[in-house]
Amino acid sequence: MGDGQATREVVAATSGIHASDMVLNIGPQHPATHGVLRLALTLDGERIVRADPIVGYMHRGAEKLFEARDYRQIIVLANRHDWLSAFSNELGVCLAVERMLGMEVPVRAVWARTLLAELNRVLNHLMFLGSYPIELGAITPIFYAFREREILQAVMEEISGGRMHYMFNRVGGLKEDLPAGWYDRAGEAIETVRRRVRADIDALVRGNEIFRARTRGVGALTSTQIEQYGVSGPIARASGVDFDLRRDEPYLAYGEIPADLLRIVTRTEGDCLARFECLLDQVYVSLDVAEHCIDRLRSLPVGPINVRLPKVVKAPEGATYAWTENPLGINGYYLVSRGEKTPWRLKLRTASFNNVQVLSELLPGTLIADMVAILGSMFFVVGDIDK
Amino acid sequence: MGLSPARAGGRSEPTDVQIQGIGVGSRVAPAPIRFVLNWGRRYSLWVFNFGLACCAIEFIATSMSRHDFIRLGVIPFAPGPRQADLMVVSGTVTDKLAPAVKRLYEQMPEPKYVISFGSCSNCGGPYWDSYCVTKGVDQIIPVDVYVPGCPPRPEALLHGILRLQEKIGRESLADRYHWSPQRHIRSVTEPLVLPPGRPDVG
Repeated sequence: MGDGQATREVVAATSGIHASDMVLNIGPQHPATHGVLRLALTLDGERIVRADPIVGYMHRGAEKLFEARDYRQIIVLANRHDWLSAFSNELGVCLAVERMLGMEVPVRAVWARTLLAELNRVLNHLMFLGSYPIELGAITPIFYAFREREILQAVMEEISGGRMHYMFNRVGGLKEDLPAGWYDRAGEAIETVRRRVRADIDALVRGNEIFRARTRGVGALTSTQIEQYGVSGPIARASGVDFDLRRDEPYLAYGEIPADLLRIVTRTEGDCLARFECLLDQVYVSLDVAEHCIDRLRSLPVGPINVRLPKVVKAPEGATYAWTENPLGINGYYLVSRGEKTPWRLKLRTASFNNVQVLSELLPGTLIADMVAILGSMFFVVGDIDK
Repeated sequence: MGLSPARAGGRSEPTDVQIQGIGVGSRVAPAPIRFVLNWGRRYSLWVFNFGLACCAIEFIATSMSRHDFIRLGVIPFAPGPRQADLMVVSGTVTDKLAPAVKRLYEQMPEPKYVISFGSCSNCGGPYWDSYCVTKGVDQIIPVDVYVPGCPPRPEALLHGILRLQEKIGRESLADRYHWSPQRHIRSVTEPLVLPPGRPDVG
């Protein structure tokens, strides 16, 4: 941050004028914070000297409530903390419980889960692909993004009945089988979304001169900072940290997906533009993977999609840690059981919480006008921060 | 109007000024005039989205081209609560956030309406037994329309807006101001929380 150093010197040279730093409160209710994150900024003129994210406005006590719910009920709360990636969240809990029970999940359920997790990833990314330009002054892309979201939500709603919170995972598989003819409709939806993302959002935003001027070279994160703060997901990959659990520690059916389909999108610049491009390119990858899953599901023989559970599900005594590559980064689920029908402790490691902490290192030295660009490019969900 | 007395230099404490409602004349206004007034008000609702959680996404979806509540006269471009007629509380209100919800409601000019969107703001929803969630936003501000669902579908919000418009069409402004609790200027001038950087910031 050599630039910040220069400013401090200028300020020191003109310190004949008595000036004190200004404290500016962003949030808790501010359009740029995607909800109720609060940032306490200390400003020196237009430059940010210090930034403290104040979290906790959306703390709903989910981890404590897990201890009062049985393993079937937990899924309701688990998919709500990161409301944009509901399917991936419920998946993580189910994976943890299944591992504790030593349960074998039917192969069709594994492939269907992979498919739905990727569709959910696209839904999540579309939200940010629409909302990030709006923060930089471009309103149009969000209309396209939501049109695509509605197409995919219709497909997801057909199988699960929910537009956002699917509640489609069960311990041991999925709630029920996919309806007849659904593969065709899902395939059509994927095709439509791919075409329209390329023609509308990609063509509209990626090469836009104003958009590039606002984002290129702004808010660059180094790979060292990424590792220090435990930042993960598209934000980490935009800084050249080539780590993705889907490839590096495959869960579900990711290990069987050919590597030329499951490309890990990385950039090296680490600035806002790189983060946005990572997200945008990831959409294409996820759509390709989802298409591959549909093809595999068609070729699989008829079979069960879930495991018949006993009336009371009790995880044996012990502990396990399951982690998944959620759309926003690595989500971890540390499950401790004492053999009861409720977990003794279910600790969430959420991606957004770690990703937001790096703001206190990233924001100082930047201009306040860039703060909105940086904040929007961190792709966080407040519920995922505060749980 | 009871304006505050001339201040004797420096910053003094804001005095308690009663915020006035409309005059008694509105009570005797002819019915057609009242109808036209309500007709105008119900189709021009500048909305302030208090987006808190999952429901905020469905609120945004409702404002987009598929569901498009602008065709009902709901305009989601209010720069802040001070320019808004309608507040949609969409999401979980936590105890930590509740003072901010109340403050932003106080900042809205009369006549103002509140839609509680989603189970969480209706009654706590799936967080009904949480230690830190306010069990219903109606504990802190008056609510006109409740929209159930977790999260409710965009169509449900559209229905809620229609019900609110029916309610506005029926009401008499004079009656509304009659029962509206008198507000004090202090409610929008006192600091809500201490500014950050103070030693006792939480």
